[in-house]
Amino acid sequence: MKRYEQFPHTADIGVRAYGKSLKELFENAAFAMFDILADLEGITDDLTEKFDLKAANPEELLIAWLDELLYRFYTKQIILSEFNIEEITDKSLKATAYGRSVMANRNRLKTEIKAATYADLAIKKTADGYSVEIIFDV
Amino acid sequence: MATWNGPLERIDEFRWRLAKSYKAGMRTDGVIYADERMMADIRNDKAAEQVANVAMLPGIVGNSLGMPDIHWGYGFPIGGVAATDVDAGGVISPGGVGFDINCGLRLMRTNLTGEEVNPKLRQLVQALYNDIPAGVGSKGDIKVSAKDERKLLAQGSGWVVANGYGRSEDLEYTEEHGAIKGADPDSVSPRAYERGKDQSGTLGSGNHFLEVQAVDEIYDLEAAGVFGIEKGQVVLMIHSGSRGLGYQVCDEYSKDMIGCLSKYGIEVPDRQLACAPVNSPEGKAYLGAMKCAANYAWANRQCLMHLARGVFEKVFRRSEGDLGLDLIYDVAHNIAKIEKQVIGGKERTLCVHRKGATRAFPPGHPELPAKYQKTGQPVIIPGDMGRNSYILAGTEKASETFYSTCHGAGRRMSRSEAIKRAHGRSIARELEAKGIIVMSSGRETLAEEMPEAYKDVNEVVGVVAGAGISRKVCRMRPLGVIKG
Repeated sequence: MKRYEQFPHTADIGVRAYGKSLKELFENAAFAMFDILADLEGITDDLTEKFDLKAANPEELLIAWLDELLYRFYTKQIILSEFNIEEITDKSLKATAYGRSVMANRNRLKTEIKAATYADLAIKKTADGYSVEIIFDV
Repeated sequence: MATWNGPLERIDEFRWRLAKSYKAGMRTDGVIYADERMMADIRNDKAAEQVANVAMLPGIVGNSLGMPDIHWGYGFPIGGVAATDVDAGGVISPGGVGFDINCGLRLMRTNLTGEEVNPKLRQLVQALYNDIPAGVGSKGDIKVSAKDERKLLAQGSGWVVANGYGRSEDLEYTEEHGAIKGADPDSVSPRAYERGKDQSGTLGSGNHFLEVQAVDEIYDLEAAGVFGIEKGQVVLMIHSGSRGLGYQVCDEYSKDMIGCLSKYGIEVPDRQLACAPVNSPEGKAYLGAMKCAANYAWANRQCLMHLARGVFEKVFRRSEGDLGLDLIYDVAHNIAKIEKQVIGGKERTLCVHRKGATRAFPPGHPELPAKYQKTGQPVIIPGDMGRNSYILAGTEKASETFYSTCHGAGRRMSRSEAIKRAHGRSIARELEAKGIIVMSSGRETLAEEMPEAYKDVNEVVGVVAGAGISRKVCRMRPLGVIKG
């Protein structure tokens, strides 16, 4: 199953992420975001980050997840490339992500994402599981 | 991208009406400034639909406006202007300001001519590239302690100038003198502080840039003289905003505002248009935080100019005074302002949202420096990397747009499309063939930002000048560009 694809947007970046389960959907959305931020090919992971988040509904949980990931990227200077959601409900998640310091990998950086937005955000059920369209402000 | 097929009625050569009957919930009409050719482009994305959505905001005064560089944003379109009446329950919306709060432009003059700069152009661009931090998440050398950060957010440019980053005169030639009063550092979250830490005096990435330009056409000799500009002269344009601090503030308050919709009984078709009455606790909190981010951005552009002045001194081996490196003006183009304006003969207190739109105060406006009373406010309009930029001036006719005008060329192509089209090409080399030296740190920045991805700024400026909401003072062409 494809993890994600980009769709056209004039000024920002549109991402359509897929997943067989909510867990996979969230992992693939995170992967998509970092794939836009940096070149992830061949990157080795030696840092670990843990996440424990709550929100009112699945869409807000998704944005909270992406926001927290972005926040760690900018403030801890870590490029995350592997995501493991250990527990997930409609209103909470626990996860671990693995990455590499930006310091050693400045040349991998591609596009500065300012934030994940709520524009037209809706998690949809599909024949194979789930999909969601997210617009990232760049 | 889907074509928008809604009904637009032509008012005149430069104005189109989207009647409020178009969509239930619209409290007023939409008016888009464009010529016929541009309107075809504008219909290529959902921008006009967003103009209709903005017309639903409670307390909206006049029309929901779209400038000619309009394109699809979220909530508000980029190039959207809307004013609400603060005392009549009018709202403030973070979507009407944008993530990059006080993204804006600064223009600095020099005494140098194109001929003097050309032999040293590559050296100048390289020195700017080396000395000015740019790039994704760029961090700078200007260290501000946690305690001082609060002062910076309250005092903006004033704080950095007091700490050695520029001259006190710079403040007079900055919108709001480089800080909006009433900023509330307490309404900025620790996370926002954390994201903004170490980013003062950094350029960022994306469409931010530093550009060395030569003035190649003067339209209004008198105003140009007042602005300190002559044909052939070299100027420096700086485009940057509030960096991670602003993005985080917008992010957090956009979320908070969603809860306000049910609280205040406001219905909007798009979550990003979430808003609260300006006079509500939530509205006040956002405004207080927005002002902090705006002040942070002015401080940032002040630092960037200070660093650039140092580079010019180094490269040309003359002092900044000798080089005449004076600030012409600094404007915001992603911001909400509380302004008193006369509507229908009565003075009202308005919350004017300018998202991808620039303030353009007319001659005689009390907030302008004495020197610009006769000319009106300078408006700085950047084009894309390969094409012209402009200085315009504010006019009285702009009262119809709450003294607002365009902000730049506006994008017309998605980033993925631009990257596709750039495949196999070297954008840097294409620009160099035109005599423009570009240096960029982002891998795909040049492709994403290539000239074809943007509308033609000459056309955009032609519309605002034709409509009478701004007038052309001079035009510049790029010589050297730094991008993140």
